[in-house]
Order: sequence, then structure tokens, then C-alpha cells
Amino acid sequence: MKSPSTLKYMLAASAISLGFSNGALAQDTVKIGSVLSVTGPSSFLGEPEDKTLRIYVDQINAAGGVAGKKIELVIYDDGGDANKARTFATRLIEDDEVIAMVGGTSTGSTMAMVPVFEDAQVPFISLAGAIEVVDPVRKFVFKTPHTDKMACEKIFEDLKKRNLTKIGMISGTDGFGASMRAQCVKVAPNYGMQIVIDETYGPRDSDMTAQLTKIKNTAGLQAVVNPGFGQGPAIVTRNYAQLGMTGTPFYQSHGVASKSFIDLAGAAAEGVRLPAAALLVGDKLPESDPQKKVVTEYKKTYESATKQPVSTFGGHAYDGLFILVEAMKRANSTDPKKIRDEIEKTKGFVGTGGIVTMSATDHLGLDLSAFRMLEIKGGDWNLAESGS
Amino acid sequence: MRALVNQRFTTLAILAVVIAVLPLIFPSSYYFRVASLVWVSALAAIGLNILMGQAGQVSLGHAAFFGIGAYAVAIGPAHLGLPTWAALLIGALLSAALAFLVGRPILRLKGHYLAIATLGLGVLVALVISTESRWTGGPDGMPVARLTLFGWRVTGSDTWYWVTGGLLLIGAWIALNLDETPTGRAFRALHDSEVAAQVVGVDVARFKLQAFVIAAVYASLAGSALAMMNGFINPDQAGFLHSVELVTMVVLGGLGSVVGSIVGAALLVTLPQVLTVFHEYEHLLLGLIIIVSMIFMRSGIVPTLSSLFFQRTRS
Repeated sequence: MKSPSTLKYMLAASAISLGFSNGALAQDTVKIGSVLSVTGPSSFLGEPEDKTLRIYVDQINAAGGVAGKKIELVIYDDGGDANKARTFATRLIEDDEVIAMVGGTSTGSTMAMVPVFEDAQVPFISLAGAIEVVDPVRKFVFKTPHTDKMACEKIFEDLKKRNLTKIGMISGTDGFGASMRAQCVKVAPNYGMQIVIDETYGPRDSDMTAQLTKIKNTAGLQAVVNPGFGQGPAIVTRNYAQLGMTGTPFYQSHGVASKSFIDLAGAAAEGVRLPAAALLVGDKLPESDPQKKVVTEYKKTYESATKQPVSTFGGHAYDGLFILVEAMKRANSTDPKKIRDEIEKTKGFVGTGGIVTMSATDHLGLDLSAFRMLEIKGGDWNLAESGS
Repeated sequence: MRALVNQRFTTLAILAVVIAVLPLIFPSSYYFRVASLVWVSALAAIGLNILMGQAGQVSLGHAAFFGIGAYAVAIGPAHLGLPTWAALLIGALLSAALAFLVGRPILRLKGHYLAIATLGLGVLVALVISTESRWTGGPDGMPVARLTLFGWRVTGSDTWYWVTGGLLLIGAWIALNLDETPTGRAFRALHDSEVAAQVVGVDVARFKLQAFVIAAVYASLAGSALAMMNGFINPDQAGFLHSVELVTMVVLGGLGSVVGSIVGAALLVTLPQVLTVFHEYEHLLLGLIIIVSMIFMRSGIVPTLSSLFFQRTRS
């Protein structure tokens, strides 16, 4: 019993001393971790993220890896359970010893994992939406998706251009809907918006006519905004059309930016506007658009590998992975702290979500121009004419 | 009687040795984390087992008390400026008070009706937690301040391993002792036959309520421990699925068996971690293991195995 353990300690000690004396002897692979909600209620987000990471890590390795090292991807599925995510985060850090993490599908699981990465001082690029991931700024935590606050601002900007100021809101009570609703209420006065009625629905409700009827009968209503994701917004959209409210401009959030929303809502989705990343309208972008090349290539790669339509959620994983890979190249090191410093210096990175320029006070690096205002026409996404 | 005392002592001693020895074979602090989760879940399961196994009443909303304990240590320091330990005690008191108030009417119900009433209680508490976002941070949850005791900041998986392990030992000790008190005997009389218990003079309503309150306090303390360990809490921990998980731990491990609750908790916490190597078959295998052990070990893993073992040694 005693001798093998002594041997183990001696081996470990010699390995450590070797590690200190000669970095070149380290392995020629590096581990990147990910905890995603591939199953469970957020699987429509987690699944494309999972596929995207796998496709591109294979591609990077086939091309020789990063700075001479192959990437080994370790993905765990938290099933949408924040407590499980937290355990997997510890496993990634302690057991797999990853040098960085790209993952965290929902805000809930991201926030549960944040303390683990902060304590271990390993960079964590989150794929979750809410602004509290990067506000206040935490040293080792970054994120790629646009925030819900930006979505509200983009919608209000568009409303302001159309001279509509009296709005009704109908929000989901799930994490995404509740968080975005709070942000919208907060920024509404900055755009001169007046919320004349504010309704909510449960994430699993199957009919929202009651709330919509109340909204419809509110005096002075000029437009309606629906913060929410999953199937809720599709039902709201259908009910909206059934109640003959389509004369009033209707705005969805970036949370519905996948083809399945148009399929679920059907003809009722016609004329609905939403802020979303350029990825959805890649082929309709002008040639001069700096994102054109990136988004069309990502769409082609993803769709040919998975035979499924592209969604912005997988795009967030693409952005996270390449922000990390480029930071690793610049750092030319596998030291998590050096990689973190380089991630923070990301400048002018062209991703599917927008052009990313981070700083010590901004760990998202996107501005409002990253969002395009889209309008659904003929069962497809189109760039909306602003101010029309 | 002497044999029983010894058996109790042996069980506790074995548990203490297991807790003390396990770290020697842990290769990294990830294992400390998983083991701490087992101890926390086991604590809640032991409490629920007093209600289900000893007193024979079912609760499908037990995560509500877990959630109250967890949110007490989150909300207390963040919104009311209370020290964490005080918030923990208040959480336990609140859970006990809620169990006491709600318990009286709903424990009059039997079987499915009791199950539905406790389920309703669980759903209500979870709903309040996820809607009162001003206090609780809503569905995305809220951070929990680190526990500070006498200037010592309790963090790190290995520290929490010892804290939760200690809590579990105390919890198991109380539960094992309870079995041999008049209260414990009254619980078992209730479990076997309510009518008979009433005939021999057991105050049925009072003892049911006692078991419910004790179980609620166990769950509340377990919830507080988990929240402080994670430094973050979200409404899932108070939700219906977590209630079902707790009931599964109790039933799988063995009704009325303290060791069974620990074994049940250990299985339900570690299996998903072990099964990750099977990727998409993970859930399938987890379900299969639970179904197979329920079919072949009707009274739970620990009671079945121990009766097998004792039969062998006797014959």
C-alpha cells in the first residue's frame, strides 16, 4: 500500500519539476471545456451549440491545431439543471484541467458556474443572454450573445423612428422573458417610451388570448413587444393574429431567432419584427458588409454538416470558440491567465453576432450595430427598412 | 436493547469512518464536490425518511423546504443585512413554522390526497420563489454570500466536504436515536396502522405533525448548506423535480432505513456523473438502473441486501 503511493508522489513531484524546468515537454494537446444544455427545456439552444463546437474543433485540429497543439474538447450536458452545471464546472477545472471554457447555455447555469471559474482563474466565455453575466464585469468571465438590454434598445430605437411611443408588453415569466422585461422597463424612458400595459404568461401556457385581449383594449396602444423564448412567443404570435391585432406593429425578441419560430407561428408571423444577428439574413446582406463572409461560411459549414437550418444560438458558440482560439494564438501559451488577458484585448473580431471589441470594462464587446432589425416576410427573415 | 444500541453505534461509526477515509482516495477536489453533494442530499433524504419511512406519510413537495432554507441564506445577508448563520436558523424556523401551519390541515388527508396536497404546497413555494424576482432574482436565481464563521471564510470543495459530512453525521445520529424514543415508536405505530396506534393512545395528529416539522427542518438545513456551498441558488432546487428526486432517494435506498437514504442519495448523485461516458444513453441507463433495482429490491436497496445478508449468516 505504501510503496505505490510513494511512487505516485515521486512521479508527481518529478512531473511538476519537469513542468517548471521545461515547458516544451508539456503535452501537445490542450483541453477546452464546455457545459451545455444539450437536453432538457433549453435543448434548442444547447444542441446547435454542441454541434458547432464539435464541427469547428475537428476543423481546427485537421488544420494542425492552435499554435502546434491539438484541441481536445470536453463537453458535458447539464440537462438545464444549474446545480448539475456547477458540478460539471468543478469537474472540468479539477478533473479535466481545461485551460478555458466556452459554454453555459442559460443564464441560470452560467451564473451557477461563474464562481468556479473565478476561483480557479480560468477564462469562461458564456453563451447566455442576460446582461448580469458581464455586468458587473468579472475578471475571467466573458460572453458572446447580445444582451437583452441591447435587444430592448434596438426595438425602442426602431419604434422611435416610426414615431410609436405607447407600447404594450407581454412577457414570459421564464428566465429570459423576466430578465428582458426588466431591462425593457428600465431603458424605456431613455427612448421616450411609455409602457401603457404590462402583461405576463407562464412558459408552458398554451393560450394567451386573455392577456392579449386586455392589451388590445388598452387605449392609445401603438405597438406590442413580446420578450420571451421557446414556444411561448409562437403562441402569442398566433393569438395576436387570431384576435385581428396585426394592424398594430408587433415586435419579438432575439430569443425567437430560429427557423422553428416561423414554422410554429405560420402565416401569423408575417410582418413581425425582431432584432437579431446578421447570421439569419447572411445571403441578403450587401457584399460590402464586413460580416457577410463569416456568416455565409458558418451557415454553409453548419448546414452541410448537420442538414439542419442554422440558428443564431450555434453562432454564439462559433464566436466564443474563435475568440478563444485567436486569443490562444496571440498569447502563444496555454496559461489560462495569459489567455484571459488576450481575450480581453480582442479587437475588431468579426463573428456571427457582430464585430467584437472588448476592453477591461466591456467583456461583451458588441454595440447596437451588431443587431439588425428583421421583418418576417413570405416565411423568411428580411432586413427591415428602418423608419418605414 | 443493548444490541440495538450497538447497532446504532456501529452504523454511525462506519459512516464516520467512510467520511474520514474517502478523501484519501480522492484524486482531485472534483470528487470532494460530488461527495459533498451526496452528503447534502442524504441529509434531506434522511429527514424525508423520518416522515415517509418512520411515520408513513408521503410528501411530494419536500423541495419547498429545501428551497426555503436555500433562499434564506441567500436573501438574509443580501437584502436584510443578516449574518449567514442567523439566516440559516431563520430559514430552519420558517420551514418549521410553515410545516406546522400547513401540516395540521393537510396531514388529515390520506394516501393520494396527502400526496396532492404536499405537491401543491411544493408548487406554490416554487412559484413564489420564481416570481418574486425583487427578492429572489427570479428564474435565473441569485448569488449567495460566502459563510463567514469567526472571521474564517468557508470556501473550497474540501472544506465543504467536512462541513457537509459533519452535518450528515449529526443528522444521521439524531435520526437513528429518534427511532428508539417514544416519539420514534409512535411514528412506527402510525406507519403500521393508524387505527391501532390511536387505540393504544397515540395522538395521531400530533405525531404526524411532528414528523412533518422534523423532515422540513432537515430539508431546510440541507438547502442552506447547498446554497452556501454553491455560492449561487436558483428556483430549480425548490421545484417539483427536486421533490421527486428526494422521494426517489428515500424509496430506492429503503423506507425507514437511515443508511438507505444515504445509499439512495449517493446513487442518484453519482450515477449521472459516472454515466456521462455514455453520452446520449445516459438518461436511458439511469432509468433502467432505477427500474431494475425497484423490481428486484422492492423494499429498497439497503433493507433487501441486509435481510439477504442476515439470512445467509443465520442459516
